[in-house]
Amino acid sequence: MPEGTKNTVRLAVEMKRITKRFGDFLANDAIDFDVRRGEVHALLGENGAGKSTLMNQLYGLYLPSSGAIFINGEYVRITSPKMAIARGIGMVHQHFMLVQPFTVTENIVLGCESVGVFGILDNAGALREVETLSNRYGLAVDPGARIQDISVAMQQRVEILKCLYRGAEILILDEPTAVLTPQEIDFLAEIIRNLTAEGKTVIIITHKLREIKNMAHRCTVIRKGVKIGTVDVASRSESELAEMMVGRAVTFEVEKAPVRTSEPVLSLHEVHARNNRGLPALKGISLDVKRGEILALAGVDGNGQSELVEVLTGLRRVDSGSVRFRDAEITDFSPGQRIERGLAAIPEDRQKRGLVGPFTIAENLILEEHTQPPFSRSGILDLQAIGMHARMLIDRFDIRPPRERYRASSLSGGNQQKVILAREITRDPELLIASQPTRGLDVGAIEYVHKRLVQVRDEGKAVLLVSLDLDETLALADRIAVIYEGRIVAVLDREEADERRLGLLMAGGGAVHV
Amino acid sequence: MSDEKRKFLAASPLFFTLFSVITGLLVGALVLLVSGYSPLRAYHVIIDGIFSRPSYIAYTIIYSTPLIMTGLSVAFAFRTGLFNIGAEGQFIMGALGAALAGAFLNLPPVIHAIVAALAGIAAAAIWGGIAGFLKARFGVNEVIATIMLNWTALYLNNYIVALPGIKRPAATATAFILDSARIEILPLWKASEAGRAWRALHPFGHDIFRTPFNVGILVALFLAFFCWWILNRTTLGYELRAVGHNAECSEHTGIDVKGRMISSMSIAGGLAGAAGALHVLGWTRQAAELAAMEGLGFDGIAVALIGGASPIGCIPAGLLFGALKYGGSKLQFALRAPIEVVNIVIGAIVFFVAMPKLLRIIGRWQQRKKRQGGDSHAA
Repeated sequence: MPEGTKNTVRLAVEMKRITKRFGDFLANDAIDFDVRRGEVHALLGENGAGKSTLMNQLYGLYLPSSGAIFINGEYVRITSPKMAIARGIGMVHQHFMLVQPFTVTENIVLGCESVGVFGILDNAGALREVETLSNRYGLAVDPGARIQDISVAMQQRVEILKCLYRGAEILILDEPTAVLTPQEIDFLAEIIRNLTAEGKTVIIITHKLREIKNMAHRCTVIRKGVKIGTVDVASRSESELAEMMVGRAVTFEVEKAPVRTSEPVLSLHEVHARNNRGLPALKGISLDVKRGEILALAGVDGNGQSELVEVLTGLRRVDSGSVRFRDAEITDFSPGQRIERGLAAIPEDRQKRGLVGPFTIAENLILEEHTQPPFSRSGILDLQAIGMHARMLIDRFDIRPPRERYRASSLSGGNQQKVILAREITRDPELLIASQPTRGLDVGAIEYVHKRLVQVRDEGKAVLLVSLDLDETLALADRIAVIYEGRIVAVLDREEADERRLGLLMAGGGAVHV
Repeated sequence: MSDEKRKFLAASPLFFTLFSVITGLLVGALVLLVSGYSPLRAYHVIIDGIFSRPSYIAYTIIYSTPLIMTGLSVAFAFRTGLFNIGAEGQFIMGALGAALAGAFLNLPPVIHAIVAALAGIAAAAIWGGIAGFLKARFGVNEVIATIMLNWTALYLNNYIVALPGIKRPAATATAFILDSARIEILPLWKASEAGRAWRALHPFGHDIFRTPFNVGILVALFLAFFCWWILNRTTLGYELRAVGHNAECSEHTGIDVKGRMISSMSIAGGLAGAAGALHVLGWTRQAAELAAMEGLGFDGIAVALIGGASPIGCIPAGLLFGALKYGGSKLQFALRAPIEVVNIVIGAIVFFVAMPKLLRIIGRWQQRKKRQGGDSHAA
């Protein structure tokens, strides 16, 4: 199908004056967007800027309100993902769409299985095909492994293979690096290079500037539904791109007062715990978090961070060991009791644990405090007080849209995070556990979250930051603990740490192994 | 502007429910037509059977009363993320508890009725709470637990009803409840001499007094409002809804998720129990041995569905359901049409309510037609 446009400019995708309205909300305003064949094109914009909406129209999930789409120079009207796939367009969503108990191969062929006589699945054939594809593009996967047993990075490669198996020539990757470690990101960059070397076209939706510099040839910036421009990536600096995206100068440096730590507020001693599958996940964790510091827990995803946070918030039982918080043994405390003692947590999965989606902003802002005055008296809610509280926090934390009756699930990721932050910080906690607090957020929102976390620390409270993003870790931390396979392999002062050293420790190398 | 208004209406659940009701009635008409009855005449009979006399209206309300409450039971549990299939069994327990307390306690009027009703509600709340406990403690799916408990309730009822000392001689039911526990409106007076004299002069009142018209409907209306209030105005309701929408988040923010599951199922049980208790105190005056489930609890599922799982919505839904059941029962007599037609109508309404996608498809289809009609900008 790539033939047919040889005489014209080699454009794989051309979207002309695409406008998309949702009710009275203008998500895309007459956007022109074109992608050359064989290039890596980044679509840059803050959360809610309209980049995913634009790509969803290319993938047939939405129909444009007006405007035209050309694929390889040919006018098309894409009304379903199925049609998009038939046109050679594949999309890897931010949240993977894989069947957990199925194998890699089963997931890849799902929906277009090759069958032999009597409709019997041709498993061997499928396996061969998957292997061929994966070798050709350097997409290392284990075709026989089950999705639930493989890493997030490999799941992503499975998603890419799924698209290729369906004959995709144009690949849309939605926030592909949000869940990856630095090493995995490098590997992904290599895969993308392999793809373009084979003539594929790749569109990356992202708000991470460094990756754009790393991977993309050209970059289109969208702000609030309007296209700001398309530029050659090589010709612009990161801060220039950030300014295009946000509309103002952005600082990447986090301003911090010097550390004034004192006694530990949280101490873990030899904590052992199991993961959901009953396997040991924490193998003797001992760690102190002191007042007035940000302690960052660095590590590759799946080395026990989630389990550790769950142990701290009271969602997971320990097998042995003790957790002390503010001079009391809280190992057997319920989540509610811990919250009462002054522990606050920003969960890694906003939608799952941070918010009640169908609740309004106001209702979400009083979770944890709904039983206390002024929000309720003798079990009866005071809606006026709840509304006032919400309006105050909406104002102070700049939550948009500023309507307290707005459903939390309809907010953008950044604003959802602001709701959680507002709730957790205004409780004035003694210890704030922030798990991947900026995952999936745009530059502006990240800057905001970082400022707030530092503010909590500067007020003399303790912050435990769990982040997969090394830049974030290095920008915020006063001390860095590296977790590897359920053990703390090193605790470094910020001055001793750099990306290389941490990367090595995170990969299990060069540590004083316990 | 009017276009936007229309769109708003089309998206509102009320419009959607009305649409489903009308479609259900049309399907019923079709079934009648196919079976050789005139739908117009049949619906005429039904409407006449509901509205043409005060006693008919009174009976419609009496029929609707337990349905509103079992509907509330299912709706309440549903709003908190639980599926209560056990309203049937909880209804039985409520009826049994009220019948025993009504027959064997000796208390002054009014107080006796309240105590008997509370006894039924308590028995049913425990019954519902068992399912909640099983789910919270052992992870037993509440659907399965409540289905099992329906049967347990049925046979427990039959066992207790047949016990010597409880069983009424020459009947397979408990002793009648005492007059002090009855909630019928003036049950004794209306049969007395003075009552009869008054009734002779007041044909309207006379007609109503022919029915076991009772205060149950007031309780049902109160309970509907009470459920709404609990869910939307109390910390308990706040927590219940939070658990229903997102149990993981609720746990993370310190809500006692398991405890709330039990309270939700207990409240749901109590609501269905109130239906059973008031049914006994207001009408049947006994708990009878049951050969099969009566179905008032199961009907509550349909009522809750039609009512959009909202407590207030259960009132019109219960009235509609009760009216169709009562009015439909006259089809057989008037037309010799099978009463099952009414069940088909109700089934069709539920079917359309449960099919939100259909309306969306129709909406899209209309939009397309409009676009083809020359309207250039699509919404």
